[in-house]
Amino acid sequence: MNTRDLASPSRRNFLTATSAIGGGLLLGFGLPARGEVRDTLTTNAPFAPNAFLRIDRTGKVTFVMPVIEMGQGTYTSLPMLIAEELEVDVDKVAIEHSPPDDKVYANPLIGAQLTGGSTSIRSTYVPLRRAGATARVMLVTAAAQRWNVAPSTCRAQKGVVVHAPTGRKLGYGELVDAAAKLPVPEKVALKEPADFKLIGTPHRRLDTTGKVNGSAKFGIDTRLPGMKFAVVAASPTFGGRLVSVDEAKAKAVPGVSQVVRLDDAVAVVAIHTWAAKQGLAAAAPQWDAGPNAKVSTADIVAQLAAASEKPGAVARHDGDAAAAIARAAQKIDAVYEQPFLAHAAMEPMNCTVHLTKEGCDIWVGTQIPGMTQAAVMKLTGLTREQVRIHNHLLGGGFGRRLEYDGTVRAVQIAQQVQGPVQVIWTREEDIQHDMYRPYYYDRLSAGVDAQGKAVAWSHRITGSSIVARYFPPWIKDGVDPDAVDASANQPYGFSDIHVDWVAQEPPGIPTSWWRGVGVTRGTFPVESFVDELAAHAKRDPLAYRVALLDKNPRSKNVLQRVAERSGWGKPLPAGQGRGIALCIGFGSFIAQVVQVSVDKDGTVNPTHVWCVVDCGIQVNPDTIRAQMESGIVFGLSAALHGQITIKDGRVEQTNFGDYRVLRINETPRIRVDLVKNLEAPGGIGEPGTSCVMPALTNAIFAATGKRIRKLPVGDQARTEA
Amino acid sequence: MITLNVNGKPRNLDIADDTPLLWTLRDVLNMTGTKFGCGAGLCGACTIHIDGQPVRSCITPVSAAAGRRITTIEAIGATPAGKKVQAAWQALDVPQCGYCQSGQVMSASALLAATARPSDADIDNAMAGNICRCGTYPRIRAAIKKAAGVTDTEV
Repeated sequence: MNTRDLASPSRRNFLTATSAIGGGLLLGFGLPARGEVRDTLTTNAPFAPNAFLRIDRTGKVTFVMPVIEMGQGTYTSLPMLIAEELEVDVDKVAIEHSPPDDKVYANPLIGAQLTGGSTSIRSTYVPLRRAGATARVMLVTAAAQRWNVAPSTCRAQKGVVVHAPTGRKLGYGELVDAAAKLPVPEKVALKEPADFKLIGTPHRRLDTTGKVNGSAKFGIDTRLPGMKFAVVAASPTFGGRLVSVDEAKAKAVPGVSQVVRLDDAVAVVAIHTWAAKQGLAAAAPQWDAGPNAKVSTADIVAQLAAASEKPGAVARHDGDAAAAIARAAQKIDAVYEQPFLAHAAMEPMNCTVHLTKEGCDIWVGTQIPGMTQAAVMKLTGLTREQVRIHNHLLGGGFGRRLEYDGTVRAVQIAQQVQGPVQVIWTREEDIQHDMYRPYYYDRLSAGVDAQGKAVAWSHRITGSSIVARYFPPWIKDGVDPDAVDASANQPYGFSDIHVDWVAQEPPGIPTSWWRGVGVTRGTFPVESFVDELAAHAKRDPLAYRVALLDKNPRSKNVLQRVAERSGWGKPLPAGQGRGIALCIGFGSFIAQVVQVSVDKDGTVNPTHVWCVVDCGIQVNPDTIRAQMESGIVFGLSAALHGQITIKDGRVEQTNFGDYRVLRINETPRIRVDLVKNLEAPGGIGEPGTSCVMPALTNAIFAATGKRIRKLPVGDQARTEA
Repeated sequence: MITLNVNGKPRNLDIADDTPLLWTLRDVLNMTGTKFGCGAGLCGACTIHIDGQPVRSCITPVSAAAGRRITTIEAIGATPAGKKVQAAWQALDVPQCGYCQSGQVMSASALLAATARPSDADIDNAMAGNICRCGTYPRIRAAIKKAAGVTDTEV
């Protein structure tokens, strides 16, 4: 992609400039929301800015931004994009969320926000640089006019415009009022990557101080005068109803003021969370288990297996895979299964609400403030202006905070409570009432010729469609594009490929996004089955993949580089093995090698992970490394231990004791290497998770000969009974 | 009525003896730096120090802290070990979402105060009770070594 092509806005009103309240320059511009990019560029809808760059009379730069920080480093990498072109130091760019009660920012900003899908850099890489460059050009022009010299004789550096021939200088703060009166230039040249001073250079995160001294504020840290605390319990079975509570016993607990009954939940309100929790235990709610009272994981899997017998909606059809498999010398079949997963973000679900006749204030950390606001409007009948979302840092997102169920529940409770109330989910409640990564059931088949070479590939995916609920217009010809991601577009060069999709919803179990979404879903079966085919052909798993990637040089490159890094092919002691996997997703190419040691009792210890990332242009390389480390640990937790199981219509797991996640003593050494190039920037928040799962199970195969086709690994690596 | 010594200040509280310190700090004293993660001593997000020892405040009743010194994340930077840990955390950009990091910093500070040059096994022992879902463990290990002046080895 040529950066110069991107430098000219396709519509002249893509940026607006006005005087800021209190003096200074205010640039408004558009950041595309997911799926909205094309509309913004081609329709004649009036331009509404959803991001703002403000420079005040002291030269302070403030970026009012719609993307939320949930650990992925955007509070550093996005200011880097602005600072690069504006010619200021990164730490001179302050970040603000949209003030919800401010008429200038409120509505356009909250309109179409979604932080997720590894999109933050991809959607802002050009617009933020353009905003920075536009402001710089206007400030330089203002300085040139003040000095009555040609703008070409002036340059900007570190927040100052310098007239080179005379050495005269003016700070940005001295120029903002004049700049605000200038027309917005229609075109500005963006820097060539070779001229970048910041982009591509590791930069310390700007949000660390508050996170190491306890002052960073998450939604759960909201404290308001007169605020009460509520602990909520929903029906333990999905679809159950509240029958009765012992209100007297609850209120006998010191500090408890109220019991709130809802159709399918109960909350106890008190002066602090502990009293509320004690009150809830005393209330001993009784439930009607409802229509799903008998549902178990085994039933759900049986339904998926039955549904996967029949053809689904076709996601890819190259050649005629069925015929090619039928006439092949041998057919190889495999079924892969992936469990329901909880998110278990460290900050349990919570939401603070103050509902009055005048409006509804909500303090929460959310990836979707706009959708949340709309849901609360629907629930309360309040107008958009009356529903004010005060967004906070997220104590982990991972997809959980792409849903507004928690906020809706908190508002339902607040409808019965006088004054502000903080509603908290205990960890048990958080795990048992998550919206889960769906259970998936994949059938894969390949035809193999007499020489062991695979000639055709067939893949049927069966599971819950999140897209069908979350954003139905994305469904095309019956295919859920997320559910078939990394499966329909798998890169291996088989001549005949058939991929189809069968939607089958689990009764009563709410499903939703989970880190890596469809790419995580698809990479495990595809990279596992390719590994099976390599083993069947008695070929090295790396060489086998590379031979099928002629048309995919970036994939080939990351695989070869990770092999070099990891010492691929060097012998290991018995009980150890290396596994390799490739992941293409979110515009990035990643390859990983996992090395495991498997104990005699079947305990799997991942000891090393090597990761090579080609995500195109790197904004903050250290953040990319951090996101890979993060994704790898998250993926290993799930692959080794993660599963939510259902018995008698309810989730069996309760807390970190039975929903195990990796701890520091179980974490492998991780080495991340980055490929430098000038390709368009790709997403990095999720694919590290997607890649590591099959790399792990392929390593277990290398170590033990045991092919893991069902996650989590659990004790499946045990070789002796 | 119970008197707690929190970060060097006496605090008189009218609160039931069995109330966990976590909720006392967060909900009664509005000191929100100490985090709720599991309520069962499984994740370490709520770690504080009592007389310099790391404890899980979610399962420690206020009665157990009477007459003893409570130190929280808000004041750990005033101790030599806490100051070193916070500086190393910043130098290596340890936090991601940051929610568990109060607890991580508290556990690491207790480790360094007791063991000036911790081994990998020491780090595992001291830090295995602290979960991080963002997977910052490799950097936590490196930052503890940096704070202790111990050289880390490359993979």
